[in-house]
Amino acid sequence: MENSLDPRINRLSLIKNDGSFALEKGENWHTYEVFHLKKRGDHHKHVGSLHAPTPEIALVFAKEQFGRRQKCVNLWVVPSREVYTFNMEDEDMFATASSPEKKYRDASGFKVRDKIAEYKKTHAG
Amino acid sequence: MKKKAIKDLIYKMADDELIIGHRNSEWTGLGPIIEEDISFSSMAQDKIGHALALYTILQETFGEPDPDTVAFLRPGKEFKCCHFTEMPNGEYDFSLIRHFLFDHAEKIRYEYLESSSEQNLVNLAKKITGELKYPVLHADTFIHQLGNGSEESHARLQTAINECFDQSLGIFELGEFEQELIDNKVFPGEKALRSRWFEEITPVLEGAKLKLPDIKNEEVGFGGRKGHHTEHLQPLLDEMSEVLTIDPETKW
Repeated sequence: MENSLDPRINRLSLIKNDGSFALEKGENWHTYEVFHLKKRGDHHKHVGSLHAPTPEIALVFAKEQFGRRQKCVNLWVVPSREVYTFNMEDEDMFATASSPEKKYRDASGFKVRDKIAEYKKTHAG
Repeated sequence: MKKKAIKDLIYKMADDELIIGHRNSEWTGLGPIIEEDISFSSMAQDKIGHALALYTILQETFGEPDPDTVAFLRPGKEFKCCHFTEMPNGEYDFSLIRHFLFDHAEKIRYEYLESSSEQNLVNLAKKITGELKYPVLHADTFIHQLGNGSEESHARLQTAINECFDQSLGIFELGEFEQELIDNKVFPGEKALRSRWFEEITPVLEGAKLKLPDIKNEEVGFGGRKGHHTEHLQPLLDEMSEVLTIDPETKW
């Protein structure tokens, strides 16, 4: 792994890598979550997970497992154990955003697409 | 004469790709874990793709028969692949080492061809530059991981490379038209390729605490480029063409 200019991200150098990792007896491989970038400027999207002993090998696996059937320019792998999440049972906590009384909070409530289309139509040419 | 030399070069490259691609594909469904199974199979498929591209050049520019005929219906003695690519898979340690040694050589060969005087080869080399990065990354990562892994993984890799290293030098067996290819700037030659290959694989092996074995017999893996093969090639070809030869004229 090499540090990139962005201190948050480690990039796998295609030329060399020095990390090594020894599995203790009985230890399982880790799972990694895989994020896929379709084109530059887009954002990485979660596409699945895989097993690997090291982040380097996770990237090597991810390339064929998730990058070969669709357009891909970059991948992230993140150890699953580094992902923090809520319990699914607490789903009701989010109810506020979708309750009918608070519809004004719903960003999709602001419908401008039609207006833009109309404007483009009247100003075309 | 130059045409003959280029044809010979393309045939040996294509046959190497086809045969090692087929060998590596024999791991499909049997790979050590599903993720590696997918990766190794996918790289094998790419090799068959390279073979197809090269056979297509032979057909379109050099008037050879179509790729299917050339790949599936030629007798073994007309194949120019090196012995190293023909060897049965054995254990995964050997397959990994072969993948590492062969794919480094393959990558350098195509790098050289990017500045060849033969435009067909330049085009192909440029097209697959990116594709060739992955197998080398895959091989280097595994060699590094297993070389630095457990005592057993290290020992198995070291044994595998000790056993096959001399034979791997068959990749660089000189062809009949070696000097001609060099003089016409088609390809800088197997000797140049071999010395750059040494430069590339040595640091990877060192990083994996693996020793480059002493060479005992330089030429033990020679013969393939002249059509002399091990007993392992013909059964492989028979299996590969098993369905096609039932009725070669059938339309699919």
